Amino acid sequence: MIESDAFVQALQDIGVDFFTGVPDSILGGIIAELMERHLYTPAVREDEAVAMAAGAYMAGKIPAVLMQNSGLDTSLNALISLNMIYCQPCILIVSWRGYQGKDAPEHLVMGEVMPQFLDTMKIPHRTLSEKTAIDDLKWLAETFMKQRIPVALLITKGVVRGLHP
Amino acid sequence: MRPEQGTMQSRAMAMAALLELLTDQPVIICNGFPSREAYKIADRPTHFYMIGSMGNAPAIALGVALAKPNKQVVVFDGDGNVLMGMGTLATVGALKPKNFIHVVFDNEVYGTTGNQPTISNVVPLEKVAKAAGYVNVERVREREDLVYEFTDMLKKDGPNMLLVKVNEMVEDVGRVMIDPPDITKRFMKAIQ
Repeated sequence: MIESDAFVQALQDIGVDFFTGVPDSILGGIIAELMERHLYTPAVREDEAVAMAAGAYMAGKIPAVLMQNSGLDTSLNALISLNMIYCQPCILIVSWRGYQGKDAPEHLVMGEVMPQFLDTMKIPHRTLSEKTAIDDLKWLAETFMKQRIPVALLITKGVVRGLHP
Repeated sequence: MRPEQGTMQSRAMAMAALLELLTDQPVIICNGFPSREAYKIADRPTHFYMIGSMGNAPAIALGVALAKPNKQVVVFDGDGNVLMGMGTLATVGALKPKNFIHVVFDNEVYGTTGNQPTISNVVPLEKVAKAAGYVNVERVREREDLVYEFTDMLKKDGPNMLLVKVNEMVEDVGRVMIDPPDITKRFMKAIQ
């Protein structure tokens, strides 16, 4: 399992310096660590977080938005009609609820279609694993710089230490 | 009666008066006619013209304001937009960025799509902002009050909201003739 502080440090090491989002239990450890470091600006909806990140990007920051995958649905219009159209990159740290069909009913539909959904929206994505973590983060930074659109890192349960182990 | 009885000023007139008082402040302008009118009245590289992502203008401005605490950031917004992204009033009110001025041109209609009524005739948006934690809020109708209050807000720590009652008149304006990626690049360079 990846420790939350190591994960946050790795994001800071690739240059991320603005963090916002809406919580999820899988991301609990990461958000706690970000708050400990006074790096996290909480948002009330995921589209607001995405728009806030866009503003921060234009003001010189490298932003990351944390959200549950249901938040991708909520923020889709902002991701398309702001980030994609205006060439404003953003790192999306998305918890993959409903992964392999094991979750509460409200997560199952989105959980099943996650990769296809992101492919359809032309949002590049990878799923974080402990083994490939260094390479995953490197890919995240490179895609952000090169493509200038949102890029998603999916996190399944148990890969990064949460609040409730 | 819509808009509020006796409102003589159009949004473009109000906007022109405000743009005269601004120089190099970043201005985030919401989608629809407001962006097109601002582009026609005074196109500046410090303007970020939105198309789409309705309701998100203050969130974009908040991101700029947090990243650039020494720059005063202005939002030109509409009543339909504020109603759509009302949660952001709470985020702004809670974070209390001092360098944040939220102007809401309230014509009580969705003007860009054919003047369907909003509900801002019965929901006073500046009171919602005040309850959410904005420090200074004002509601104005006349041009001289608008100029007075905006000048005052430029000197005061925010977050501030200036709600301007305007009529439904829209200017004869075309679309913003700058490609969105170029709007981003130009804005980024201008606010560096």
